[in-house]
Amino acid sequence: MALDESNKNEESRVNGAAGKATILKEHIVEIISDSGEGAQKCGQSFGAIVARMGIGVWTVEIIPAEIRPPARSVAGASGNRIRIGSDQVTNGGDETDLVVAFNEQVLLGRIHSKELKQGCAILLESMWREDKDPKVAKSYAEACEHLIAAGYKVFEIPMEEECLKIVPDPRRGKNMFVLGMLCSAYSLDLQIAREQIALTFAKKSEKVVKANVELLEAGYEWADKNLDLKFEIPAEKSSTPQIVVNGNTALALGVLASGMEICAMYPITPATSASHYLSDAFESVGGVVHQAEDEIAACAFAIGASYAGKCTVTITSGPGYSLKQEAIGLAVMGEIPLVVVNVMRGGPSTGQPTKTEQGDLMTTIFGSHGDAPKVVIAPGTIEECFYSVITARKIAETFNMVVVILTDANLATSQQPFKRPEFDEAWLAPPIDQSAVPEGAKPYDWHPETGLARRFIPGQPGGMHTLTGLAHDVHSHVAYDPEINQQGMRARSLKLAALQKSLRPPEVVGDREGELLVVGWGSTKGAIEEAVARLRDEGRKVSSMHFAFLSPLPPGIKEVLGGFEKVLAIENNWSDDPDDEIIDESNRRYTALATLLRSRYLVDVDCWSECRGTPLKPSTVRHLILEKLK
Amino acid sequence: MMDSGHSISPSECLLRMYEEHHEIEDYQKGVPRWCTGCGDNAILAAIQRLCRDEGLLPEKTVFVSGIGCSSRLPHYMNTYGFHGIHGRALPVAEGVKLARPELSVFVNTGDGDCCSIGAAHWIHAVRYNMNMTMMLHDNQIYGLTKMQASPTSPIGLKSNTTPRGSYLEALNPLTVTLGISNVSFVAQVVDWIPEVLYQVISAAYHHKGFSFVRIIQRCPEWLPKLMEPWLHDPQRVLMLHHEDGVEISPAVAKVYTRMEEHDPSDMNRAREIASSIDPIPTGILYRNEEVPCYEDVRLDGRLRTASLVKQGLEAEFDKFTVWPDASGQA
Repeated sequence: MALDESNKNEESRVNGAAGKATILKEHIVEIISDSGEGAQKCGQSFGAIVARMGIGVWTVEIIPAEIRPPARSVAGASGNRIRIGSDQVTNGGDETDLVVAFNEQVLLGRIHSKELKQGCAILLESMWREDKDPKVAKSYAEACEHLIAAGYKVFEIPMEEECLKIVPDPRRGKNMFVLGMLCSAYSLDLQIAREQIALTFAKKSEKVVKANVELLEAGYEWADKNLDLKFEIPAEKSSTPQIVVNGNTALALGVLASGMEICAMYPITPATSASHYLSDAFESVGGVVHQAEDEIAACAFAIGASYAGKCTVTITSGPGYSLKQEAIGLAVMGEIPLVVVNVMRGGPSTGQPTKTEQGDLMTTIFGSHGDAPKVVIAPGTIEECFYSVITARKIAETFNMVVVILTDANLATSQQPFKRPEFDEAWLAPPIDQSAVPEGAKPYDWHPETGLARRFIPGQPGGMHTLTGLAHDVHSHVAYDPEINQQGMRARSLKLAALQKSLRPPEVVGDREGELLVVGWGSTKGAIEEAVARLRDEGRKVSSMHFAFLSPLPPGIKEVLGGFEKVLAIENNWSDDPDDEIIDESNRRYTALATLLRSRYLVDVDCWSECRGTPLKPSTVRHLILEKLK
Repeated sequence: MMDSGHSISPSECLLRMYEEHHEIEDYQKGVPRWCTGCGDNAILAAIQRLCRDEGLLPEKTVFVSGIGCSSRLPHYMNTYGFHGIHGRALPVAEGVKLARPELSVFVNTGDGDCCSIGAAHWIHAVRYNMNMTMMLHDNQIYGLTKMQASPTSPIGLKSNTTPRGSYLEALNPLTVTLGISNVSFVAQVVDWIPEVLYQVISAAYHHKGFSFVRIIQRCPEWLPKLMEPWLHDPQRVLMLHHEDGVEISPAVAKVYTRMEEHDPSDMNRAREIASSIDPIPTGILYRNEEVPCYEDVRLDGRLRTASLVKQGLEAEFDKFTVWPDASGQA
């Protein structure tokens, strides 16, 4: 893969307060350890500190598949990857520039998966060199030798030894020593770091906070004295309050803000953390997170609650979504408002539970047997995760439809600051309608043009009817009459068209005409827009358009597509490589969005995708666009 | 009394609400499409009688069902109804109840719907113990899909999927239910003794908690002879009675002379009785009013005003906010 260094880091040396600091436009830092050694907490704190200083930040969790993988294992890296920059950071970026590793094995794992920049700075715990187990000592020494030979700048650091001076068990506290070192290396404000520790350990005793602050300061001093690394990322503090959360917490906050009162769920990675947070926060506003006995029950429970007048959300990931499909069809048939969140992971089957993928678009739009029209929206940023839930409930209740929110493991575990939302009462649901139903009114009095009908909710006198998943007429009576079935199918379909009429075309980033238009959806937004912006800076006639509404597709798309010589869909899901020997135009499988656009607009949309389980890198995107432009 | 003849005082309004009276016809809707002689008809009649006797407001009553012959029942009730998907009546009903605890919720399900495809939900519904009445219409066969063996079919039963006789012992819904934590009401009744059927459903309705009523029901279409030995011999029905259970009327007692006085609080005896296939025990096997209801545990009863939500949301935002001024609110 060709790396682009042309205009990324304009490095220059200045004399900072703490000596010479290299001014950076951006950098990617990674902290990795065995599971349970606190690298994640260190990374989150680091992200929060830089955010408080106004530095742009995007953090990504590095999660092993197991809860407690064996110590010192190549596949066991747990931690955080933090991209920081002078401007707003919209994605995880390319390869890591500086990595702190608690042992050499987790480090080798990251090198193997090509996440580290060739020759990057490595801050490595050195205690293993003297390990009692000769095998461990040997493995460490060999790894160091190998890394140095390969051009990496290895800094061996006696983290354990230094921490032992402060705490008896460095396993609990080394992470704060590392945080201190990083504060020194990136010239961060130590006072803000102290405050952040107080916040991080707010639930712990004063003694714990004090010990962690001491470790922080020790790390800072040690690095100041011994480490020849000094960077500075100039940034201006934001003038408005910012929220720093990951996508799942943003979703959960959105559930709170949407006025929904019930969330029914079943544990599944990587969606569960949204429900974890919600379980804690929801009750303060009288909400309930119901952990059902299975995914189907969670969906059916949500449907029951929605039917009874309280629009409910169910949160899941791919396998759980598959299980819910029949019940989702019932909600479509009965026209019950329902919000379903699918935090996508690698599939099919159990696939890659902790890894990101955009593989569920087709099953979401077309899933459930028969024609089951539903609304599908995909937030592209952490901020959109929050607002998407509010929008979803509104659409669900206005159109009596199922609205699916598609996020993925990338958004779920990434943090990006966004403007603190200002509460708006209009976000909330109206009170449940308990007024008497006018005489002669029908539960499915489908509007001839829009398919919309007023829903009758239990408690409304005169509205008694039996909702059924069977084909039914305007009275909700079971009906096998061919004309009546046509009528119901039409009404449910028309609602999508009615919603489509109210949508705006997506924004085109860049000129509305040019050589190439890149299209994408969901979590790839930041990476695509960054790559395309770089190419435009290089004089290329490239623009991008990102879809938040996938079903229905918004109006005005064909006109936009027509302004470009080529259209290229870039996604994080599977598509065949047209260069594979037996692949040709008669059998090539396109990405999901490309397939949708090709079939709808009869435009020859090309595509590129990968399923590596990792978020797309802007450099990868840039490189492949250049290939397509040839 | 107010001076204007037409105005109604609030208390009068309330009075009117309580006085609202409905006849059985007010709860009836359409003509049931069950087969002649189907036990579902008897169950429907008992339910409609219960609604009238209890003065249930049709708009505040919801019948939830799954799929199968039994699950057509909501269509014949002039209340709110939810005829959902196979096996999932219970979670739907739980959602309804949690969202709207003030509604009267009934669940009608069959032996395939509850004991096979929906078995997981059955176990957990007992454990949630939400205040609703569940009727298991157990005809020991799949009816709507045309005669396949169900989990409660007796061993050796010939059906379309078991032409040489079914292979497995029947599942006993009573013993299963009595083995689940939080079980609070278990009863059994047969469709051919309408008076007891009504009494048991009524007791189930009055129980605060999840009431499980297994109704042994005849299927004249697929298994016309299955229950005949019991129909013809009243001695093969064991009438459970107790002052805290069901009191047997003299007319019933005259025919069904095989009786046992059973205290529904006696779990050990309930389990022994439950394991009897022949004679068929009818009446209340177990009742415990002390088991907490899930909706009472989960709902705090606060009114969710906009200001409450705002307050909660702002407090959550505060946890994650980076303020422009470090000395500011943190």
